Amino acid sequence: MRHLKIKQFEESFFRVIMFLSTLLIVLTLFLIIFTILYKGLPSLSWEMISQVPKGGFYFGKEGGILNAIIGSLYLSFGATIIAMIISLPVALFINIHLVKRKKLVNAIRFILDLLWGVPSIVYGAFGFAVMIYFGLRTSLLAGMITLTFLIIPIMIRSMDEVLKTIPIGLMEASLSLGSTRSETAYKIFFKQSLPGIITAILLSFGRAIGDAASVLFTTGYTDNIPTSISQPAATLPLSIFFQLTSPIPEVQNRAYASAIVLTFIILLISISSRFLFNKFNKHNIKS
Amino acid sequence: MDNDIKINIKDLNLFIGNKHILKNINISIPNKKLTVILGPSGCGKTTLLKTLNRLTDLYPEVKVKGNIFIDNEDILHTNKNITEIRKNMGLLSQQPYPLPMNIFRNVTYGLRISGRRNRKILKNRVEHYLKQVNLWDEVKDRLKDSASQLSIGQQQRLCLARGLAVDPEIILADEPTSALDPISSQTIENEFLTFNGNYTIIVVTHSLRQAKRIADYVIFMYLGEVIEQNSADEFFNNPKEEKTKEYLKGIFN
Ligand SMILES: Nc1ncnc2c1ncn2[C@@H]1O[C@H](COP(=O)(O)OP(=O)(O)OP(=O)(O)O)[C@@H](O)[C@H]1O
Ligand SMILES: [Mg+2]
Repeated sequence: MRHLKIKQFEESFFRVIMFLSTLLIVLTLFLIIFTILYKGLPSLSWEMISQVPKGGFYFGKEGGILNAIIGSLYLSFGATIIAMIISLPVALFINIHLVKRKKLVNAIRFILDLLWGVPSIVYGAFGFAVMIYFGLRTSLLAGMITLTFLIIPIMIRSMDEVLKTIPIGLMEASLSLGSTRSETAYKIFFKQSLPGIITAILLSFGRAIGDAASVLFTTGYTDNIPTSISQPAATLPLSIFFQLTSPIPEVQNRAYASAIVLTFIILLISISSRFLFNKFNKHNIKS
Repeated sequence: MDNDIKINIKDLNLFIGNKHILKNINISIPNKKLTVILGPSGCGKTTLLKTLNRLTDLYPEVKVKGNIFIDNEDILHTNKNITEIRKNMGLLSQQPYPLPMNIFRNVTYGLRISGRRNRKILKNRVEHYLKQVNLWDEVKDRLKDSASQLSIGQQQRLCLARGLAVDPEIILADEPTSALDPISSQTIENEFLTFNGNYTIIVVTHSLRQAKRIADYVIFMYLGEVIEQNSADEFFNNPKEEKTKEYLKGIFN
């Protein structure tokens, strides 16, 4: 009897804890969104997202943040595409060709997890050093390369987590039909995990577009829209930073408006990730 | 070597880590006959089957010693392409694993990767093999549907058709009916009986009754060892070993 009471208490105790934690997270999220909307929405205008900064923009004069929007999109698309070309083969390789090399695979995973945890400012510093070494100047290219380094561990490990869940029976089935390991990788495992792979790519894109520290030294900043990858570019996070540190309230509010733009882009990415996940998930309804 | 022997296993030992899983296995499997591997759970039947088409290569801790001759070629020590060896053996696993594509593509997968792409021929083959496994009527109007939408019994038959489509000489089936209802089991069993004579079939099963219905030749395993192997007649009516007699009486199972 007593035992039962303790059990019931435990049960309700953990229920309450879970409820409170959930509430806290949801509240925080709403608070963040509310703050940027409250402060930023009045300053958000068509001009803001369709024009580059005019002279005196950072002192409250006319112009917008189109330079930063375009710069951020260029950078993140570029980095995501390069990272994808590298990450997909690696993730497939460690899950299919290296199935028998458990220790090696665990070591690779461990290193990637370490790299995932390295603060982005360190990537920034590293990118900066590489840039200097090759005599590059702050540019889209240098930023893209730095961001690529930053998101590769994220992308490989996210793809890897999806590939890991595929039962070995599917590999056995594919091999017994006479596929090579590479055919198994690209014709079977890739297809089976496509929804998860897309999610991994978009997750990395979201991480890339939101990161400020890694592009701080490498991409530079400019009020113009870059016309080649050897030119510097503005980014949304840095644009927010510059506006927020201004003493002029009007400019500060524009920083929040820029934050809305950035959040909106990331939201769009999440939604399309969901959409694409469902669209490509048709082969995995049962299993 | 005897012409009527398709697979000859000599002194096969298999270790997983430091566990001795298969112990001194010596087996001769007759050509174009149906051989049943019987034995209680955990005795190593699945492991033996996977060793035959070298799927054991996928497992980190597995070590294999000995020889497996298939048509006089030792597949454990060969320069031949393992992919070719595997292609020669259709595998039907305990659970069906449909490929992540539609029904049509599942059946033609093996043909396509070996370069056969002629639309008309593929269509023809799909119909042929799906009819052979008794699935055609159920799926002929939904060949473009994802194979994962089929029921488990249909998936099992699809996997059989897919395996037959690469034109193997050997069929390995690991408890192909254990997850199925009696009717689907019956269907699969009947298919094996129809194929018999054209393929060398090895079926793993728990079910004595099923073994009696389908086997030409029986191998009885217990705790990683082969206790007895004989023609079905001899095995069921005139068992030699004490363990076999006990097993047939259902003393352990
Ligand atoms: N990957 C593995 N790692 C460790 N041990 C394994 C592994 N696979 C199989 N074994 C062990 O090998 C032995 C034989 O397993 P196997 O799956 O071949 O048995 P089985 O005869 O097919 O049994 P069942 O009838 O239940 O399917 C078991 O003791 C099992 O625990
Ligand atoms: Mg088994």
